[in-house]
Amino acid sequence: MALLEIKNLQVRVEEREILHGLTLTIDAGKVHAIMGPNGSGKSTLSHVIAGKPGYEVTGGEILFKGEDLLAMAPDERAAKGVFLAFQYPVEIPGVATMTFLRTALNAQRKARGEEEYSTPDFLKKVREISKQLNIPQDMLKRGVNVGFSGGEKKRNEVLQMALFQPSLCILDEMDSGLDIDALRIAADGVNALRSPERSMIVITHYQRLLNYIVPDVVHVMSKGRVVKSGGKELALELEASGYAQFEDAA
Amino acid sequence: MNVALVKNDSGPAASSVFAAAQGRLPGAGKVADIRREAFAAFERTGLPHRRIEEWKYTDLRALVREVLPLAGTPDAAALARAKVAIASVAIDGATKIVLVDGVVALELSDLAALPSGVSVRTLRALLDEQSNESRGDLLLTKASDPMLSLNAALATDGVVVTVADGVQLSSPLQLIHVATASKVARYSRSHVLIGQGARAALVENSIAAEGAAAYQANDAAVIWVGDEAALSHVRLMRDATDVVNVSSELFTVGAKSKLSLFNMTSGGAVSRLQAFITLAGEASELIVNGVNLLRDKQHGDMTLVVDHAVPGCTSRENFRAVLDDRAHSVFQGRIIVRQDAQQTDGKMMTRALLLSDEAEADSKPELEIFADDVSCGHGATAGALDDSLLFYLQARGLPEKQAQALLIQAFVGEAIEAIEDDDLRERVIAAAQDWLEARA
Repeated sequence: MALLEIKNLQVRVEEREILHGLTLTIDAGKVHAIMGPNGSGKSTLSHVIAGKPGYEVTGGEILFKGEDLLAMAPDERAAKGVFLAFQYPVEIPGVATMTFLRTALNAQRKARGEEEYSTPDFLKKVREISKQLNIPQDMLKRGVNVGFSGGEKKRNEVLQMALFQPSLCILDEMDSGLDIDALRIAADGVNALRSPERSMIVITHYQRLLNYIVPDVVHVMSKGRVVKSGGKELALELEASGYAQFEDAA
Repeated sequence: MNVALVKNDSGPAASSVFAAAQGRLPGAGKVADIRREAFAAFERTGLPHRRIEEWKYTDLRALVREVLPLAGTPDAAALARAKVAIASVAIDGATKIVLVDGVVALELSDLAALPSGVSVRTLRALLDEQSNESRGDLLLTKASDPMLSLNAALATDGVVVTVADGVQLSSPLQLIHVATASKVARYSRSHVLIGQGARAALVENSIAAEGAAAYQANDAAVIWVGDEAALSHVRLMRDATDVVNVSSELFTVGAKSKLSLFNMTSGGAVSRLQAFITLAGEASELIVNGVNLLRDKQHGDMTLVVDHAVPGCTSRENFRAVLDDRAHSVFQGRIIVRQDAQQTDGKMMTRALLLSDEAEADSKPELEIFADDVSCGHGATAGALDDSLLFYLQARGLPEKQAQALLIQAFVGEAIEAIEDDDLRERVIAAAQDWLEARA
């Protein structure tokens, strides 16, 4: 069954159209990789799904669990289960990571009509997850991502994913800026979250990440459209032959 | 010409306000002479206006227009209303000193059970009982300013607090100004002396009892911090929305001492804190932080003059303004480093967060450096909330207003975190949260 249906999506940034009628279906419980050259619209797609301002949707629709996603504010999308792991997570000085995590989790729960977590329950949960991800406790006392290394920032994103338990995770260029060790830790964290109730969209330029997070389906994007879809072997094919063939096709 | 401009159609001239107040002002003889001279000094300029450099951004002649009549002595009903109002700010365990409409309210204050080493007298009693001697000094200051002169002319009461040498106070002194009357003005003047080696916290609140509106407050405090002493002074200004509050504070800091001043203004229509601080003893440390949380057409001004008169002192000023709607915040910070004040380390930072296109922030840092071996600097920024941070928080489930509130808290937190006492810091944070919640 489809978790996310994107139909003929057209998106402009200022006066330039970036997505020219993109159609994509993400199945429940599956990991979909989206590959493509720089400028193909991969990050735009992730931002539009998450609701980032500055993008004008001029046509098409996005249905999430059958509901009109584009009609929802970013916080409503988060509460419904959409999670974007940022390519470059921002630093927020003065907002302690723990405060941020608790505020965000309880805001989502409140929006869903669920009870807010008590402080001891919350702390226990965060400690468990951060231990699995090898995140030191003192990091959680610091401002959100302030002074974190690239790897630590990505692990902090995975920590949030584990805490919020979204039904759709979008990983935007998760491998950018990470060395192999950092990548492996982050990827292990992501793999631990794979489940029949959770879908993932793994956006990447390189095949390397897909050695660690093995996708069920691979899509190739070029010039604002999905130009080819296939199994995980498609990623290897791309690694060998490059994107040039699709640039011509699109 | 100035006298004429102080008048307006709806109010009496300042001179008739002063004349009408005569019977209510304590002190005769020399004290009365000082009052007359101070009033004459005020009348030379009248309400300060934009052509007076120090008042360039806070033009009282345009914003205020008139000097209101002196508030009457509070009656039993007023005191009862004041009592209700102070419950919202009173700190458990603190030694409370309550002034109602500028008059010390003994029945609401904790003067009967002062901590050992602390003495409190009222200004009124001191001026009345020693009026033929030299207590006129209580109305004199080194700094000269029209509103300070008006305060000297009309100061009705206040307290003179002494913390004896070596006394370490474990709970704060709390000076609470309560307004109960409307369309009147109050003038109070207090003195605080922190003895050598003593340590104290002084909290000052300005609030309105229910129904009090459109009053004018002019409170002055003259504060001495002795050698090797420490004072943390926290001011929370939450006047009624249509109020004018101009407060002046004058500090003299001895050697090897620490003064930490924090002011937060979230009430009032027109507010100004002007602090004149002289670092008079070597190796002392000064921290002055402030937060203005303003909305609608509120105007808030923090004006500092820090005088490094001797070598080897450090000063840090950190000011934050959060401005919504058509609010206007002013920060003026002057650091003077005298010729002898070598090894001075003075830094000043002011940042404004504009939540609306129509809000305005003016910052005027000034460094006057006459010594050659110093490290001084200042910085100023003004801008909106960072969209990328807002989106990150929203993408994690925080509704827009809540995301903004979290970022605003972090922004003002940079100025609040200097308050060392956990309880006082939490109170200030809670007061800032009240403002944010009213916004949501």
